[in-house]
Amino acid sequence: MTTELAVRVEDKLFYNRYLVDAGRAHIKVRPHTVPTPALLTLLKVCPARCYELNDSGQVEVTVDGCVECGTCRVIGEPSGDIEWSYPRGGYGVLFKFG
Amino acid sequence: MIEERFDAIVVGAGMAGNAATLTLAQRGLKVLQLERGEYSGSKNVQGAILYADMLEKLIPDFREDAPLERHLVEQRFWMMDDRAHVGLHYRSEDFNEERPNRYTIIRAQFDKWFSSKVREAGATVLCETTVTELVQDAYGRVIGVRTDRHDGEVHADVVVLAEGVNGLLGTRADLRERPKPDNVALAVKEMHFLPRETIEARFNLKGDEGTVIEAAGTISRGMTGMGFIYANKECVSLGIGCLVADFQKTGETPYGLLERFKRHPSVAPLIEGSEVKEYSAHLIPEGGYNAIPQLYGEGWVVVGDAAQLNNAIHREGSNLAMTSGRIAAEAIFQVKSRKDPMTKDNLALYKKMLDDSFVIKDLKKYKDMPQLMHIQSQNFFLTYPQLVSKAMQNFVRVDGIPKIEKEKTTLRSFVKARSWTGLFGDAYRFARAWR
Ligand SMILES: Cc1cc2nc3c(=O)[nH]c(=O)nc-3n(C[C@H](O)[C@H](O)[C@H](O)COP(=O)(O)OP(=O)(O)OC[C@H]3O[C@@H](n4cnc5c(N)ncnc54)[C@H](O)[C@@H]3O)c2cc1C
Ligand code: SF4
Repeated sequence: MTTELAVRVEDKLFYNRYLVDAGRAHIKVRPHTVPTPALLTLLKVCPARCYELNDSGQVEVTVDGCVECGTCRVIGEPSGDIEWSYPRGGYGVLFKFG
Repeated sequence: MIEERFDAIVVGAGMAGNAATLTLAQRGLKVLQLERGEYSGSKNVQGAILYADMLEKLIPDFREDAPLERHLVEQRFWMMDDRAHVGLHYRSEDFNEERPNRYTIIRAQFDKWFSSKVREAGATVLCETTVTELVQDAYGRVIGVRTDRHDGEVHADVVVLAEGVNGLLGTRADLRERPKPDNVALAVKEMHFLPRETIEARFNLKGDEGTVIEAAGTISRGMTGMGFIYANKECVSLGIGCLVADFQKTGETPYGLLERFKRHPSVAPLIEGSEVKEYSAHLIPEGGYNAIPQLYGEGWVVVGDAAQLNNAIHREGSNLAMTSGRIAAEAIFQVKSRKDPMTKDNLALYKKMLDDSFVIKDLKKYKDMPQLMHIQSQNFFLTYPQLVSKAMQNFVRVDGIPKIEKEKTTLRSFVKARSWTGLFGDAYRFARAWR
């Protein structure tokens, strides 16, 4: 358990190249007061840790580090908790190795 | 709208899309390929083992200029508990052959090369273009695609959906369901760079020889999953993936899992001192035969990961993607040659041809495996690896306890953990699903 806490995902994302489409987030979280279980799952399962709890207890997404895996879509789209698309052509993560 | 009309549009420039586009162009069809990445490969993640046979069918002389890393002379399987691994190690000089059977590759580089072959064959390839939806006529027939470019609608007789595991377009148009959490695995991966000589020394390789390690056991913490370590020329690909449904259930984090795997005493020495240059994540279809959706319809076919064509047991995906892409293109060419329309009835030829290939035959063989692995994940990925490791230790440690006693202890540990019925049941279920 303790090893999990030691991992800094931000450091990992720093290795990657991105072309951020400023102001056009490709993922949106449905406005809510209390997060659903699906939304809470995303806090842990997103490999880029894009989902975070804000100070008033709602789940927010910041897509800048998103690696476009689609995991949050599989979990959060069926219930309408999130809206998910790909970034515009050419934007988003740019893998050098893949 | 783009006025120009095409015989076929291919969505995606991954393994399946490149195979389909290349084949269509080689047969003289007017084909447009659309890819959302900056170039073919910039969005794609793989381990990655390339299977030569399926690529040879598309580009017979690929060995001349394809960016290949190492040809595999060895395969290792590790069953791991927290401090040990029990290994199976197959190495043969037969694999040092003139036309090696398997190679490691780096996907972003490989796809770029593959795409250059697609262009040479005469296809129009448009990157940095996300297809946002399928264009359907009043009868629901697919007649083209809409993209995020200005004036972005294009029409064609048939659309080949090679859009990868997420399959956004097909699911948005209700051609198939969105992948379910128990049918897809989330894999995270890092690229660890080391000097060439260091890799060759640590993995016992010479020249361009390569090896791959597939690992399972307590590293997935009871979830259905696998780790991998592949030797490239100057880097090591290392990753781990588990079913999304299991991540959901356990609350484990993918990067936490990756970190533990890296710190495992059997793994850490292999990557010690390396420089990490990329961190990536991707889904893998794991539902097998029972998760294959409808493969064709009015004006469309679906190929590769988007069609869940992935053999999780053998960790084969790219070859199924390439083969399904090629077969779909051949079917389209046949329909076109007869001057028939691209209707559902006519495109059924693709399914028929695919059924006759190794793609569907292999997936059918293992059709019960994904479910068994999922339901029994605690046993197969936690209990058994621990038991086997303990048994091995008991076998090799010399401590004055009579061998007969040691064997009894081992047997008792298995029966205690799983009971006789459990043990026989597991063996029986496994054998049946493997058949
Ligand atoms: C970690 C990992 C390890 C793996 N290891 C192996 C291995 O060792 N050997 C093996 O054979 N297989 C392996 N696989 C599986 C293999 O990577 C896939 O089966 C294969 O890449 C599938 O090819 P595809 O063309 O169907 O999909 P992809 O390669 O994913 O290609 C889909 C393409 O479509 C594009 N696209 C998607 N939607 C749109 C849109 N709307 N508009 C425009 N473009 C779009 C994407 O950008 C992408 O380029 C592995 C997979 C992973 C994740
Ligand atoms: S697509 Fe993947 S990386 Fe991006 S936010 Fe969703 S889970 Fe995170």
